[in-house]
Amino acid sequence: MSWLLASAIVLPLASGVVGLSLRPRRAVQQCVSLLAAIGHLGIAIALLVKVWREGILVAQVGEWPAPFGITLVADHLSSAMVLITAVLGMATIVYALCDIDENALVKDFHPPLQALIGAVCGAFLTGDIFNLYVWYEVMLIASLALLISGGRKAQLDGAVRYAALSLVATTMLLSGIGLLYGMTGTLNMADLHLRVQQVENQGLLSVVAILFVFAFGIKAAVFPLFFWLPASYHTPKVAVSAIFAGLLTKVGVYSMIRVFTLIFTHDVGYTHGILLWTAGLTMVTGVLGAASHNELRRILSFHIISQIGYMVLGLALFTPLALVGAVFYILHHIIVKANLFFVAGATERLSGSSDLKTLGGVYREQPLLAALFFVPAFSLAGFPPLSGFWAKLLVIKASLASQQYWIAAVALGVGLLTLYSMTKIWVNGFWKARPASAEEPPPLTRPNRLLLLSPIICLAAITLAIGLWPGPLYDLAERAGHELMDPSKYVEAVLGPSQTASIDAGTGVAK
Amino acid sequence: MNTLILRETTRVLFTLILVFSVATLLRGHDAPGGGFVGGLIASTAFSLYIFVADPKDVRRLVRADPLKTAAAGLALAILSGLIGPILGGRPFLSGEWVEIGAVELGTPLLFDFGVYLVVVGAVLTFALEIKEPGAAPAADSEE
Repeated sequence: MSWLLASAIVLPLASGVVGLSLRPRRAVQQCVSLLAAIGHLGIAIALLVKVWREGILVAQVGEWPAPFGITLVADHLSSAMVLITAVLGMATIVYALCDIDENALVKDFHPPLQALIGAVCGAFLTGDIFNLYVWYEVMLIASLALLISGGRKAQLDGAVRYAALSLVATTMLLSGIGLLYGMTGTLNMADLHLRVQQVENQGLLSVVAILFVFAFGIKAAVFPLFFWLPASYHTPKVAVSAIFAGLLTKVGVYSMIRVFTLIFTHDVGYTHGILLWTAGLTMVTGVLGAASHNELRRILSFHIISQIGYMVLGLALFTPLALVGAVFYILHHIIVKANLFFVAGATERLSGSSDLKTLGGVYREQPLLAALFFVPAFSLAGFPPLSGFWAKLLVIKASLASQQYWIAAVALGVGLLTLYSMTKIWVNGFWKARPASAEEPPPLTRPNRLLLLSPIICLAAITLAIGLWPGPLYDLAERAGHELMDPSKYVEAVLGPSQTASIDAGTGVAK
Repeated sequence: MNTLILRETTRVLFTLILVFSVATLLRGHDAPGGGFVGGLIASTAFSLYIFVADPKDVRRLVRADPLKTAAAGLALAILSGLIGPILGGRPFLSGEWVEIGAVELGTPLLFDFGVYLVVVGAVLTFALEIKEPGAAPAADSEE
């Protein structure tokens, strides 16, 4: 059933086209976008259910057989990521109904948003490494259009940094892909898995692997390549920064996981050792950066970085349990992080400020909003029984099991500092009395208030559900983790059993 | 930038580059070329024209709204992928061919043409927005 795979990418893109051609009728654009999001959610659920029941799904685009054509592959990790993308896309569109579109300056929000969702799903589903690069480029263009819409000076400033760093990243990615193609003669990731084992010059392979670390590292905002993120994420509209915060860096992490489990496993001690150090430094610098800021979205931006460290840590340890932890972490984190940005936006809208110095009294005036902040914030810090607790538990348990005690200590310490940061927001923003100088913002109408809060409520409910019943998500993460540790099923699904056997025999002789 | 030499060479080059871009687009099926490169070449022609002429003249010359051109291109590319599944129940983006005399026409050409329009439309949008700062929002509020 190849249409299921292709339509997860085509439907958002097509709705972007329809949205553009209906410009400037905003109400119609919103309807199209909302309908597409509902359809996309349905497709994503169907995809995950099918993968859960039948195993890895493969579609060869245009009937060109692998490894010559572009292959779309949905394994447990990909389909879970597509589903979470669809959920987040839906939440963003609903939130944007009352937030973005009141502002006459912000035009053309929905078409680039849908293009972004399509590109992200493309990156998750492609089984071809050059095609992955193409989706990165589409993502870059769509996210730039979203970043600069509104046209304030700070936005342009952030967008320039974002674009410059992204261009460096994609250039590195392209060079890496070129070198890899030169060495192996293939771009299909499953085929690459087999061919890299036959490459004689393993040293060169490690060099290429480091190029990929840099390229995906910039995208994922790991230490020391993260500085573009805090510079650009707090500038655009809330709905935009929420979907960026939830999704974009995670596409980098996803690609890292895919490439460093499927292709570059020839010298795990070296490549994954570098990843381990990166993970530790990323966690620490991110959380320290967050501690030093006072603006809500800036604090949250730095927390993205420190959380990315935990995910990379799961990959760097490279044990089955650690990968299960990494997958669990990504899935929980996307929901929580986007939700925190929504809450920050709603707080700004309802209380008139996003700076901790001038903010206050939210708990007294908006008790529901305060409760809704509590769930994702303390989940992020890893408070039991919220979802973040299980994610951290898995990753730390895996690092203890691999006898990497220092990194476990770092992870625990960073968890504490995250808690400090969240408490700081809680005490200064929500608990203390509103400063006398602060102005009351114009009140929202009831339906708008509902629109603003409903995505936050839904995402918080998902976080609570994961926290109280971690079983199903753990099962999913476990299946995904085991698939990642043992790529033979992936390779067999893409190339077919016969080819795998013949090339395997070939490698056996070469060894 | 608007010198006599640039103006006169653009007059000659503009048509040449456009013809070359279409040639690149068509040759792309079996040889290096195709919609993306062709589209980029065509957009250099328009960019040259934007340099020497008033943006309003360029808009009048192009007639269609560049952003909608890009949207139409993307729609064409997606539709070309859907022809295979609809006609023969084959996977997305499968090639379907018709022979007219000695010429084979197929959906890949349609796809390439769509990509061509996307690239030209997108580059024109950016270039015109840069050349006429502040004019775009005003035009929007009239709509």
